[in-house]
Amino acid sequence: MSEIFEFLSYSFTHRALLAGSFIAITCSILGVQLVLRRMSLIGDGLAHVTFSGIALGLLFGLYPLYIAIPVVILSSIGILKLIEKVKLYGDSAIGIVSSLGVAGGVILTSIAGGFNVDLLSFLFGNILAVSIVDVFISIALTILILIFISLYYNEIFSVTFDEEFAKTSGINTKKINTTLVVMTAVTVVLAMKIVGIMLTSAFLILPAVSAFQIAKSFKNSLLLSSLISVISVILGIFTSFFLNLPSGACIILLNFILFCLIFVFRHYSNLLSGM
Amino acid sequence: MSTKIITAENLTVRYNSINVLSNISFKISKGDYIGLVGPNGSGKTTLIKTILGFLKPVSGYVRVFGEDSLYLSKWDKIGYLPQRMSFYNPRFPTTVEEIVSLGLLSKKSFPKRINKQDINAINKILELLGIANLKKKLFGELSIGQQQRVLVARTFVNEPELLILDEPTTALDPEIRESFFSFLQELNSNKNTTVILVTHDIGSIGKYALKLLYLDKEIIFYGSFDEFCKSEKMSKYFGASAQHIICHRHV
Repeated sequence: MSEIFEFLSYSFTHRALLAGSFIAITCSILGVQLVLRRMSLIGDGLAHVTFSGIALGLLFGLYPLYIAIPVVILSSIGILKLIEKVKLYGDSAIGIVSSLGVAGGVILTSIAGGFNVDLLSFLFGNILAVSIVDVFISIALTILILIFISLYYNEIFSVTFDEEFAKTSGINTKKINTTLVVMTAVTVVLAMKIVGIMLTSAFLILPAVSAFQIAKSFKNSLLLSSLISVISVILGIFTSFFLNLPSGACIILLNFILFCLIFVFRHYSNLLSGM
Repeated sequence: MSTKIITAENLTVRYNSINVLSNISFKISKGDYIGLVGPNGSGKTTLIKTILGFLKPVSGYVRVFGEDSLYLSKWDKIGYLPQRMSFYNPRFPTTVEEIVSLGLLSKKSFPKRINKQDINAINKILELLGIANLKKKLFGELSIGQQQRVLVARTFVNEPELLILDEPTTALDPEIRESFFSFLQELNSNKNTTVILVTHDIGSIGKYALKLLYLDKEIIFYGSFDEFCKSEKMSKYFGASAQHIICHRHV
């Protein structure tokens, strides 16, 4: 018990819990939209592009996030343009941009003289290295996303359910799509600090698919996925500290355990209600 | 003189340099009930998408409520029911009530919120379509026919002046289909709602629509059923017996 209090007294714990919980909320809210639009792999694609942005930052000795954010935002818009203008399928567009991201990152690290410790921590995440700037950015981004979602809730819901019908309701579907993708891009860069480039897409997808199993409405699915995501981050950080395991991997595994528990719960409650 | 709701002039639409619609011109007046028919691939859905401004014609134009279709703003006057049932994600976690509420957004200004009055409108349309008991059900838990009725409710809840319905009854059983058509007829005669009903079932459209627009990449026929039945040109085009079947069902 005293170990828990000791852990909670560290300032890095506060930063990790704060930034982690806020990013968990943004990831889960955006994840719901992405999964329902069958664009869930955009998180994976943009995370790979983050690799290029980080490598570029490290090469020029700049704070990597400042370079990664604009690079990933531009790439997210690139994916949308490939879908809209070149008429590629979403998965093909994501695949192209994702591969370009990795290729660019590999070339840049090669120019820099190979991988270094910093880059590996971005690849696999290190929530205990979250800075106070990261905490403020995470809180600000979450507030912005929540304001956007609450103001445009019905438009977002309409576009997610049926984009063609949304157009005939006078909704500017392009504006909604671009805003969501750009917000996803920024979120992916910030989530990378928590779970790492390799696991970001799971952080977007798992809370959403867990929530869909028991959600009774669209609004309900947003609330449930946020709750599941925050619980997995908090439990993941504690597990990581006490078992001395990597935090990002612990968060994702806990997310998966919650997914399995909800599946079992739903399965048995269906069986019981059918009796 | 009746108000023109839609005017199309010399409309040509092309996909990959192939003309899907060629030189189409027609006018639709307020209160018209048009059966838009034609074989598969005749350009019916393309015409609808051009009317709604989703497709840009290579030549000609369409005006809807006096506006160029590419810059439409009077969406609150239009109710559209798309064709594709299979498009909807069966696992989408949303209730019938939430989906029907989307039909009210076109009349709302920013921020678009659903109020008590809207809930009453939703209840009313669900009642009319006989699905009030499904209000809180998840869309994915419904049968295809029930889902189709939910989408019909979403289109009608706004009480639009112009209804564009792309194959609306394909998933409905015969009994529901009949009540759907009576409801549509009631809207058309009592509220003077303009209806464009897309179907490939030319044999039964005569029972409901007042006018026929037969399309096969170009307009083959546009006029009233009486004109259609008396037309020698149509008799040659379809064959006398086919024309007779269509006209017989109209009676």
